Amino acid sequence: MRFSIYRYNPEADEQPYCQDYELDDALIGDEMMLLGALEKLREQDPSLTFRSSCGEGVCGSDGMNVNGENRLSCITRVSELTQPVTIRPLPGLPVIRDLVIDMTLFYEHYHAVEPYLKPTPAGVSIDLDHELLQSPAEREKLDGSYECILCGCCSTSCPSFWWNPDKFHGPAALLAARRFVVDSRDITTRERLENLDDPYKTFRCRNIQNCTASCPKGLNPSQAIQELKSLMLKKQVD
Amino acid sequence: MVAFENIDSFHFDVVIVGAGGAGLRAALQLSQSSQRVAVVSKVFPTRSHTVAAQGGINAALGNNTEDNWHWHMYDTIKGSDYLGDQDAIEFMCREASEIVRELEHFGVPFSRTDQGKIYQRPFGGQSRNFGESQASRTCAAADRTGHAILQTLYQQNIQAGTTFFNEYFAIDLVKDDPQRIAGMVVMNMQTGEYQLIRAHAVMIATGGACQLFKTNTNAKINTGDGLAMVARAGLPLQDMEFWQFHPTGVANKGMLLSEAARGEGGVLRNAQGEAFMVNYAPHVKDLASRDVVARAIAIEVKEGRGCGPNKDHVLLDLTHLDAEIIKKRLPGIRDLALTFAGLDMCTDPIPVYPTAHYMMGGIPTNFKGQVLTLNEQGESIPVTGLYAVGECACVSVHGANRLGGNSLLDIVVFGRAAAQEIDRVLQNQKPSDFFDQPLDLSRIAARLQKWENQSSNDVKDPTGVIKSDLQAAMQEGCGVFRNAETMQALIAKLEPIEHRIHQAVLSDHSRAFNLDRIEALELENLMTLAYATAHSAVLREESRGAHSRIDFTERNDVDWLKHSLYFIENHQVRYKPVTLTALTVEGFKPKARVY
Repeated sequence: MRFSIYRYNPEADEQPYCQDYELDDALIGDEMMLLGALEKLREQDPSLTFRSSCGEGVCGSDGMNVNGENRLSCITRVSELTQPVTIRPLPGLPVIRDLVIDMTLFYEHYHAVEPYLKPTPAGVSIDLDHELLQSPAEREKLDGSYECILCGCCSTSCPSFWWNPDKFHGPAALLAARRFVVDSRDITTRERLENLDDPYKTFRCRNIQNCTASCPKGLNPSQAIQELKSLMLKKQVD
Repeated sequence: MVAFENIDSFHFDVVIVGAGGAGLRAALQLSQSSQRVAVVSKVFPTRSHTVAAQGGINAALGNNTEDNWHWHMYDTIKGSDYLGDQDAIEFMCREASEIVRELEHFGVPFSRTDQGKIYQRPFGGQSRNFGESQASRTCAAADRTGHAILQTLYQQNIQAGTTFFNEYFAIDLVKDDPQRIAGMVVMNMQTGEYQLIRAHAVMIATGGACQLFKTNTNAKINTGDGLAMVARAGLPLQDMEFWQFHPTGVANKGMLLSEAARGEGGVLRNAQGEAFMVNYAPHVKDLASRDVVARAIAIEVKEGRGCGPNKDHVLLDLTHLDAEIIKKRLPGIRDLALTFAGLDMCTDPIPVYPTAHYMMGGIPTNFKGQVLTLNEQGESIPVTGLYAVGECACVSVHGANRLGGNSLLDIVVFGRAAAQEIDRVLQNQKPSDFFDQPLDLSRIAARLQKWENQSSNDVKDPTGVIKSDLQAAMQEGCGVFRNAETMQALIAKLEPIEHRIHQAVLSDHSRAFNLDRIEALELENLMTLAYATAHSAVLREESRGAHSRIDFTERNDVDWLKHSLYFIENHQVRYKPVTLTALTVEGFKPKARVY
């Protein structure tokens, strides 16, 4: 099987380039995931560099662009891919080396939406004798956003994020924002919506929906963003 | 040359290595107590392996069935095959309810009962009224409880302003006195630079190390870095012969399918379709302790009742359950089985086999997280400035076998307790000249220099191949069943493998994000743990919990109701007694363990 992989070593290369690799088909079973194939290629070339950890699609380390789509290598079957398999780093963020990108901006947006529950007014301590009650229906509203693994596949597939990576929060951070806006236990819904109500932070979303198409966990950030927008509208009408 | 004369140096009150649930819970406590705390992690915090914990966290909340911490304590001690220290177990079980409610206030999206309380499911080895009937003690966020807890704790740390050194690899501990730990040398993975972090207190929270085995449920990062650092500092590792094999890994692949699958009603079947657990645990069947279920599966396969063309696995069958329940309560593992086995557990039974999952042993600590060693008289004494929490620590609350749902509990309870202890100690004692003490970093420089050596020839023996050979040897020599012969054969294999590591050179010498170098350092760490495991295991001539010997099939409390302590020097193994007295209640006396 043939691969074409983006290579860049800041100490040796003036410019990035694509390197061709060949992996013996006998080494590739029906069930091999792309991460397994990359590990085999590293046996040929230990300088090939990419992030990975859990190997089962829950830690979000190994996002990469595979034949033009952002995916997690550990849950992408090699047998489904057309040859040569073209692998590039997730687009739009600086490359540190090969497939390893600098995700600092991505994380800064996540931090900026204050992704932590605020169940009590500032200065009031929490009551550890009781849990906060939440009905199964209220809890169900968190489904579809708390599962995000911060792999970055969505935000780095978004043209609005490519254009304004410093100002537009991007789909992953907005999905996290939505998770706290709709949590029945949070008492700062209004402030959260006011903070998000900004021509760049939220409204650079043009509803392109690459985010939803690329989410390896099957989540729908696009819908979450539209929900945030309509909640802002509702708040203004109230 | 690796030289440290001009090494960048950072000063903190506390440095924590590891950003899983234990490290993050501790960091949060310390940040909120206004200690200056740094967290060093080789991956971005939410990628730590706590993220993969599925089933839940135990606490006797009694939201579904009547419950109390004393029953939880009994179950944990029985589950540990009486090797757990009962003071620490009482402490953990008493703290459980409050700490789970605290997590809920932090924002963990727990599943809910109709009354709006935290949902709890039955898990293996848990009972009401000291073994009488099944309890429902495991608090769950669907089957993504670890993910939910890890993200929540990271989020709380954002709010608290904790300093993170993400993608920094911890190399070795630094002492400023033979008895005092003063910091650690780390490598910035993005630049390859070595840096020094000095701190009044150092906490190890590096998690598990099941990468030591060929088939395992663990992430690639679980290489026991913190344990090996502690061992290289001349300190002991405790009970390293006890590794938990989870009964239900996806066969031949290893991915975990949570015990929650059986908690929600799944059953294990052999080739004849027989639900065989009734033959091994007549009362609780599929919800026996993990060591019991793992052995049962291994025996079924060994005796020819395995499934598939190679008769090498059994089936985890949920097909009799309502598909809606599976989709709601077990969505994550249904996905895993779809992705990796190509099977939908709503309609198909899933091939499973035991797979290395959890390390009961680790860095010896007391229940305040202080690391312990032995003095010359053989008494336990704390090591100044050093703490350990989470899977890398051996408190010991899990003894010879951990109960499902107790690991998430362990990390948050002891993460918080150790941080409170550090805060208490540092309130009185932060010597002003602490950071001026000269440090000797020459041994660390020498270790790193080895991997700078260039080879004139092609690299003949890549470290990746050596790692695979080590994993295969460990699986064969120290698997679900062991005997003197297999373990002696393992020890004989370890020396040549270590020799190959000594001979190995890197093929990639660049600085930025050099995986070749990181994996070589991880391999050295695994090698240390392999020795600790093999030497501790071969000496323990009994069967207890996860340590099952074919040549010594019974538990032997007269000779072996004690903890092993492995020291790297001459592979020496010493022992210390198990704590059989609890804090406020009477201890439970060892008795036969039947499920």
